[in-house]
Amino acid sequence: MSFYEECAAYSALPLAERFASVTVGDVRRSLAKTSLDADDLLVLLSPAAAPFLEEMAARANRLTVQHFGRTIQLFTPLYLSNHCANHCVYCGFNATNVIKRSQLTLEQVEAEAVAIAATGLRQLLILTGESRAKASLEYLESCLAVLRRHFPSVSMEIYAMEEHEYARMVAAGIDGLTMFQETYDEVLYERLHPHGPKRDYRFRLDAPERGCRAGMRVVNIGALLGLGDWRKDALLTGMHAAYLQRHYPEVDIAASLPRMRPHAGAFQPTSVVDDADLVQIMLAFRLFLPRLGITISTRENARLRENLLPLGVTRMSAGVSTAVGGHSEEGETVGQFEISDGRSVEAICAMLRAYGYQPVFKDWQPLGDEGGTWSKKRRTA
Amino acid sequence: MKEDVFEIGGVALESRLFTGTGKYADDAVIPAVCEASGSEVVTVALRRVDLDAVSGNVMDYIPRHMRLLPNTSGARNAEEAVRIARLARAMGCGDWIKIEVISDSRYLLPDGYETCKATEVLAAEGFVVLPYVNADLYVARSLVSAGAAAVMPLGAPIGTNRGLKTREMVRILIEEIDVPVIVDAGIGRPSEACEAMEMGADACLVNTAIATAGDPVAMARAFGRAVRAGREAYLAGPGASRALAAASSPLTGFLGEG
Repeated sequence: MSFYEECAAYSALPLAERFASVTVGDVRRSLAKTSLDADDLLVLLSPAAAPFLEEMAARANRLTVQHFGRTIQLFTPLYLSNHCANHCVYCGFNATNVIKRSQLTLEQVEAEAVAIAATGLRQLLILTGESRAKASLEYLESCLAVLRRHFPSVSMEIYAMEEHEYARMVAAGIDGLTMFQETYDEVLYERLHPHGPKRDYRFRLDAPERGCRAGMRVVNIGALLGLGDWRKDALLTGMHAAYLQRHYPEVDIAASLPRMRPHAGAFQPTSVVDDADLVQIMLAFRLFLPRLGITISTRENARLRENLLPLGVTRMSAGVSTAVGGHSEEGETVGQFEISDGRSVEAICAMLRAYGYQPVFKDWQPLGDEGGTWSKKRRTA
Repeated sequence: MKEDVFEIGGVALESRLFTGTGKYADDAVIPAVCEASGSEVVTVALRRVDLDAVSGNVMDYIPRHMRLLPNTSGARNAEEAVRIARLARAMGCGDWIKIEVISDSRYLLPDGYETCKATEVLAAEGFVVLPYVNADLYVARSLVSAGAAAVMPLGAPIGTNRGLKTREMVRILIEEIDVPVIVDAGIGRPSEACEAMEMGADACLVNTAIATAGDPVAMARAFGRAVRAGREAYLAGPGASRALAAASSPLTGFLGEG
């Protein structure tokens, strides 16, 4: 039994009809409950809940401040490599797109790490395309040996791995896994991934669970909103997060809400997720899972990110470049997607403080070798 | 009235309110919170400490006179808690350690068994161990046997501000446990802290209710006063409350009649 069976059972239901048949009374009943179940999540994601956003927002804000305080975790992505064997029709790194391909040398990794650490950030997310030949486990382990000297927390957003491979990554110093299912619609998934290892829907769907088993501390999931019917994808993302929380209570589960962005290649989103839809998804998630981490990336513009702050966000990226080598060198390669909030770490921190939020740079202390290679400083008496 | 001494690990403390450092909109308010509350002990999650920080190291905001109570937030088992405690000591945070072992991200309830194991190891290494646990008599007794300097039962699940939901169980700990009982987690209002103190709790630890208040400094002051008032009431010995009005003609009055 994995989430696959639960997901398949839900997908077999006439979800479009269920969303359409929700009444205002159903919404009121769900909002009156103290603890929400999957049916309530469906209700809050339905068109009938749209007029209740303000009421949902007040509750979401209260829950978020209660559980996470007035704090926002900051991280930045580091693109190690954009070689890719996949043919995801919506992605700028698609193997058939003619872009310059590169992979950082360990010297370049060090230079990027120094540049990022100088901004004060201590939480890093490393990314690669899917190329086991280029971005091999051995390559990743070598990069981690460098990165762990600069960052107490390193997460990975890399091709789906086997459990024993995730365990190797954990041993090398990875503490978080980000793995987007892109869409939970299995038929659409196969159409969007015509070739390449990522085509295996189930292997990807079960990857977050393998990560939990392998000892990841944080597992962040998400659907690329706009690829399929966003209500269904949001519902199944929420169900997936709840499944992981229930089965792996020791792991912090988080979800991202990425929307399709313009990128190299011709694919355009099939369904449009407007700002109100995005807000509805975030609020429904917060009310359904009060302790869920919620990540908003620089795919969203500065103004929207600021307005989303009080609605449930717990993590944000800052000082972002989606190009390989983008932190220490000038625009060597094309990014994976276009970012909408290119502000520096300093500017993001100033914004957060102006809104009454504390930017959190560090939230984990590596334990290997009693702290590992990261900082040996002592508090002065 | 005899002197009201409150000692943890051989250190005498004036204030019976412990404060925290998490969830603040701005850590710069921490010194004012500490001062307004009168607290002398402040807990800090080692996971958040960055002595190399470019800006905003939480340690910079903790007044020097405060006793640091580093906590093992993030530990999922005894081994991780032990490692975090040793790191805290190596980083110059002293010998006091608040053990938090939590492997449930939905309710953040502490794992009593793992907490006992960590307490035993750390007490033997000379730490002053203050474990955060459920209000459970057997767990508390095991912790005392393992060398805990105090026990810190929760009032309600952490961060919920729901008050003293474990009142009856905490009362039993107060009656039965010889080390100080410090109510930690769940206290949302000064009146609830006051109630815990009136019952005879030795101290309270309050973080979320202060950090997320509209005015954290004013709320810290209110908690400081509530804890003091509750303690004074406990020492004064409150009159027994009555479920029914006292009968004006006592049923046993005839015994005195001659």
